[in-house]
Amino acid sequence: MHNPQLNRDGELIHLLSIEGLPKAILTQILDTAASFMEVSSREVKKVPLLRGKSVFNLFFENSTRTRTTFEIAAKRLSADVINLDINKSSTAKGETLLDTIDNLCAMDANLFVVRHASSGAPYLIADHLRRIGRNDIHVVNAGDGRHAHPTQGLLDMYTIRHYKQDFTQLRVAIVGDILHSRVARSDIHALTTLGVPEVRAIGPETLLPKHLDKLGVQVFHDMEEGLKDCDVVIMLRLQNERMNGALLPSAGEYFRHYGLTPQKLALAKPDAVVMHPGPMNRGVEIHSAVADGPQAVILPQVTFGIAVRMAVMSIVAGNS
Amino acid sequence: MAPEHLPDAEAQCRQLADLIRPHLQQRPALVGIYSGGAWVAERLRELLGLTEDIGLIDVSFYRDDFSKKGLHPQCRPTVIPFDVEGRHILLVDDVLYTGRTTRAAINELFDYGRPASVGLAVLADRGGRELPVAATHCVWQAELAAGQSLTLARGEGEQTHGQLAWRLENA
Repeated sequence: MHNPQLNRDGELIHLLSIEGLPKAILTQILDTAASFMEVSSREVKKVPLLRGKSVFNLFFENSTRTRTTFEIAAKRLSADVINLDINKSSTAKGETLLDTIDNLCAMDANLFVVRHASSGAPYLIADHLRRIGRNDIHVVNAGDGRHAHPTQGLLDMYTIRHYKQDFTQLRVAIVGDILHSRVARSDIHALTTLGVPEVRAIGPETLLPKHLDKLGVQVFHDMEEGLKDCDVVIMLRLQNERMNGALLPSAGEYFRHYGLTPQKLALAKPDAVVMHPGPMNRGVEIHSAVADGPQAVILPQVTFGIAVRMAVMSIVAGNS
Repeated sequence: MAPEHLPDAEAQCRQLADLIRPHLQQRPALVGIYSGGAWVAERLRELLGLTEDIGLIDVSFYRDDFSKKGLHPQCRPTVIPFDVEGRHILLVDDVLYTGRTTRAAINELFDYGRPASVGLAVLADRGGRELPVAATHCVWQAELAAGQSLTLARGEGEQTHGQLAWRLENA
């Protein structure tokens, strides 16, 4: 089946999901991001690549960090950035998603950054753009439902490559609510595509999707067993709303079993790095001593995220 | 020009160094443009006995053909290891052709500061300028057909390791 993210020459025109992207494209994004890291360290943190282009941030679901880093990234590429607070605008008045898109196309949009609670919404937009013949407009998925959060997955890969250099010797553990996590899904696809030989999923049975083994992932319900000899530990946020249902007894109980404490982290390799996509719940999935400790690379992840988003936007905007 | 008549690039680097040597009292900082220019700049640094690290520029983010060609698939980080403000900068490239790469490199350089001056040293000038750009120092006025592409290569074999040599390709 044709991958809607790629044009006929196999170049990236939209970033919708890491699933199905070849290793060469992931590597190209990471390499390009390395060049943008250098730009972000300059006095003038701007390059003229997207001068005169308009980037619309369409956040149908709230997110401060992701929206802000996309905004900074677009501005460092010299694009004009328009943030639409969709909750307060036309959608609330009943306009359909595609009507909103048509209106923004009429305002000469060049790139949409889309966050939506429904899985597949960015695909719907990309498909609509193709059908109306607007191959010059690009879509970047900033998180759709439980499905994918590809730029988070890519910035996680950038972080891992920065600290560990080679993917092919690593043992990586992803801990927590993998069932509801689009970050976990994007990470798993990226890790396996880039050649990580051992990806582990750690969490209670109620928060792990079935058939993880089909993605090449080893499942652990005992965190101490799962963390043993890991090079990278990716913690996931436990969404508070999960407490309400029957999935979990309490935050305290969860922390006892799956919270990352210094004692549990000591089971991983001594040079293991700890990552978290944010926002963190201290005392729920991660102990403050770990979050603020020497092995945490959670704030560098945020900085790398800007460079990765610059890379993604400049690559898709250059292809048609 | 036939490929067998291409001049010796290593000898040309020595000639280029001779052209630059009388101007060393300005303490020029060398900035090589990837990839060929970076190799030539590294060679000039050795030949001129300069102790300062050279700068390296990848102009991918400043090219004027981005909207036509997109982003170059292999860009490398620009590295400017010295303060550009007030310095005499000598940009180094292998071939000067349309002048567009030089324009992009100058724009990028100015995002690091305001240099005292910017010069341009190249091994080959093949004409065909599309911008008002000229080399400050040049060894070879190359006469090539429009379809021919002249590039510098660096040897990777045991005998030719690190040696610079010209390649000529017909489109």
